[in-house]
Amino acid sequence: MTHFLEPNRIPIFQIGDCLLLTIQVDLEDRMIMTLKDDLAERIAKTHAKGVLIDISALDVVDSFIGRMLANISAIARILDAATVIVGMRPAVAITLVELGMSLQGVRTALDVDRGMELIRRESSEGAERLHEA
Amino acid sequence: MRPEAGRPEAGRGENSAETIPIRTGADVSRVRRSVATAMAVIGASRIETTRMVTAASELARNTLDYGGGGEVLIAVVGRMTRRKVELVFTDHGPGISDMSKALTDGYSTGGGLGLGLSGARRLCKEFEIRSVPGEGTVVKVASWTERP
Repeated sequence: MTHFLEPNRIPIFQIGDCLLLTIQVDLEDRMIMTLKDDLAERIAKTHAKGVLIDISALDVVDSFIGRMLANISAIARILDAATVIVGMRPAVAITLVELGMSLQGVRTALDVDRGMELIRRESSEGAERLHEA
Repeated sequence: MRPEAGRPEAGRGENSAETIPIRTGADVSRVRRSVATAMAVIGASRIETTRMVTAASELARNTLDYGGGGEVLIAVVGRMTRRKVELVFTDHGPGISDMSKALTDGYSTGGGLGLGLSGARRLCKEFEIRSVPGEGTVVKVASWTERP
C-alpha cells in the first residue's frame, strides 16, 4: 500500500467493486503513464467493474488530458470495467466541445454518487444478460 | 509559489509582460498558470479564462512537441475596457510546410489528435500564425472580456 503515498502518483481507492481516483494536480506526462499502468493492474487484480475518475478539481482539460481520459476508458473497457468521468466543470465541458473533443465513448456523470449508480446499474444489467444467455 | 500566481483585483492590475521558456511538460503547466493570472488581471469570466488557458495549453504543447521547444510572451495590453491578453508563441523548429492542412481538424504529423491549432483558433478571439519551413513558427493569439 505504501506506493499510494508517493508524491508523483495518483492514489486509487477501492469502494466495493469500483475504483475511484481523483485528479487534483496539473498532470504531467510521466504521471499519466504511471496512472495508466497502476490502474490497469488494479482492475485486473481487484476484478473491479467500474472506474470513477473525479475531475471536479480540474479547471482546464486540454486535448492532451482529454486523450488520456479516453485512453484510460478504453483500457478499462477491454479489462471489462466501465469508466465514468465525474464532476466536470461547466466551463470545461463548453471548452472541450469548442476544441473539437466530444469524448465519444466516455461516459460522464455529474457527481460520484450518480457515477457509482451508473456503474452499478450497468454491471447488474450485464450480469442479467449473462444469466439469460 | 510564484508572486504572479496571486489573484489581483479584477480589471485593476497593471499592464504587464512576461516571457516563459517552453522546454518541458512542467513549463506547459507554468504557461497555463500565468495565462490564468493574466486573464484574471483583465477581469475575464470563468468561461473566457478557461477558453484562453486551454488554447495556451494546446499551443505550448505544440511548441514543445513539434517546434522542439521555444518560448511564449504573455502580455496584458491596452487601456481601461479595451485591455486584452496577448500570447506570442515562438519556436525555431522545422516549421509548417502545409499551413491549410495544419489548420484542419484531425490532421497531425505527430501522435496527437490534430486539434491543437484548429482548436486553439476556435477558442481565441484573435489568431495569427506565421511559419517558415526550416526556420520556425510564430503563433500570436489574443482574447479579451465581454464583461461590462
